[in-house]
Amino acid sequence: MSTTSDYRKGEDSIELTSVAQQLSEQAEDWGGGRDSQELLTLNLGPHHPATHGVLRLVVTLQGEVVREVKPIIGYVHTGIEKTAEDKAYWKVIPVVERMDYLSYYFNSMAYCGAVETLLEVDVPKRAQYLRVIHLELNRIASHLLWLGTGVLDIGAITPFFYCLRERDRILDLFEQSSGQRMHTRYFQVGGVMEDIPRGWEAKLREFLKVMPPAADQYGKLVSANEIVLQRLRNTCAVDAQTLLSLGVTGPLLRAAGTPWDLRKATPYSSYDDFDFKIPVGTVGDNYDRFAVRLAEIYESVKIIEQAIDGLPEGPHITTDRKVALPPRHELATSMEALIHHFKLVTEGFRVPPGEVYFPIESARGELGCFVRSDGSSKPARVHMRDPSFVNLQALEAMGEGAYLADLIAAVAMLDPILGGIDR
Amino acid sequence: MPDATGLELIAQQLEGSTDVGEGAVLDTLYFRNRATLTVDPERIVAVLTQLRSLGYSFLASVHGSDYYPEQPRLGVHYELLDMKNIDRISVRVRLHTDAPELDSVTPQWPTANHPEREVYDMFGVVFRGHPDMRRILMPEDYEGHPQRRDFPIGGEPVLFTYNDHNHLGSPE
Repeated sequence: MSTTSDYRKGEDSIELTSVAQQLSEQAEDWGGGRDSQELLTLNLGPHHPATHGVLRLVVTLQGEVVREVKPIIGYVHTGIEKTAEDKAYWKVIPVVERMDYLSYYFNSMAYCGAVETLLEVDVPKRAQYLRVIHLELNRIASHLLWLGTGVLDIGAITPFFYCLRERDRILDLFEQSSGQRMHTRYFQVGGVMEDIPRGWEAKLREFLKVMPPAADQYGKLVSANEIVLQRLRNTCAVDAQTLLSLGVTGPLLRAAGTPWDLRKATPYSSYDDFDFKIPVGTVGDNYDRFAVRLAEIYESVKIIEQAIDGLPEGPHITTDRKVALPPRHELATSMEALIHHFKLVTEGFRVPPGEVYFPIESARGELGCFVRSDGSSKPARVHMRDPSFVNLQALEAMGEGAYLADLIAAVAMLDPILGGIDR
Repeated sequence: MPDATGLELIAQQLEGSTDVGEGAVLDTLYFRNRATLTVDPERIVAVLTQLRSLGYSFLASVHGSDYYPEQPRLGVHYELLDMKNIDRISVRVRLHTDAPELDSVTPQWPTANHPEREVYDMFGVVFRGHPDMRRILMPEDYEGHPQRRDFPIGGEPVLFTYNDHNHLGSPE
């Protein structure tokens, strides 16, 4: 019985010196000589808590330093844009709301705005104010979830519980006004589905009283924490010019010092009635991205306060019966109302042919909805320019030359929502 | 937004410049206070570069559309934004479905990288000079371009172990 198997013997006979020499020659070609570390390609995700859903990153590392980042997306692609082409205009609203699942009001606002532009429907002032209130509540809810999960990624667990506590209050408000906590289908073409119920205003005011001190608390929890500051300050900074060439908008661009906000630049839904500021950062590092979003929470509270104080009386949806459903009580007495109701529910309204791109400022940047109509009651094309999809391209600029741990912080502060990216 | 007259002026300026040349602007459309230029697909990069020098420097969105049954069927839209004067303009090109090709604008506007890949994925428009012309949302081995209007809805079989043998390409 031999001590080494035949396979072992074969292995021992392999002469390795030539291979080793080749490798060292190659290493010199790469510029580093003998001391250089070889490149390592690492797969991050697609199922990892720190990637916010199913984002997959193929990262090339030299030691611990990131040299290249390639995002691979499409894992939650559900073909929503295709589905929308097979539905009547008003039935598309719940579908587009499921794209960016943390800012559903923004999705339906962009879509409704585009369809209203095509139809040339005027939205009543009260509906515009109600929309602003819900949009800003949604912005706070989205930022709170970002803050909770974002700092969770860099190791701070406590803020997550507190942030979800306040977010839950917002979801309670959504539930009261529309019946749903998420994907509410509250915005309709021409206005909002229902007026706010009795007692909602008092509950909202209670929330507005609680939110600013709560935000103070979160700010202190995070920005007075030495470990968090070490992770965020002066990491992954990108200047405004690079961000603009990459098409980045929203808090990420404002963090680099460019005060670009569509609510101010091209006001929609009566945003010009309200007095608010645009928080901007200075150097555009991870800390600025955090600080800008936190400051936006206070501004959103200010907008909601002004909107609820100045909430005008009037209808909550357009009185154009060709677009909006007639009030329920009319159905029992008016033949015309019944016909309108029947036509709207079965076929839906027809939209004049044309195409429109309607951009709004979502919690993550410019959310544009492109709708093309061919004159029928179903859209011929619905496309969402989702800010996460475009902003994700900046990840490579943020991560290059940084440590792998900083890249995780950059993903957290980028705030990508994979539902919006993959649609 | 440039008004209807402003749009015509921009179109004239484009045609007058030496880089773009005459006949580049096929159509101007002013619809719902929004300005759209339809341009020659071969000169898209020159047109966008010229518009950039006019101030429309931010490329907000690139997306596709299928105009079936109109011809040429495919459309690619570029939404441009002037951040200084707060002004928007859309540029549109139309392409036929047989071998649709277009120059990529990604070298000049890095933001177009993902959106152009999406247009390729969904409509089959190949962008010449794109650094990474692959599918982005659909699987890499997927056949067809699902956002085209003649692509059926609901034609995707869901494979489970119990019905695996019913489908083409199954091991048995």
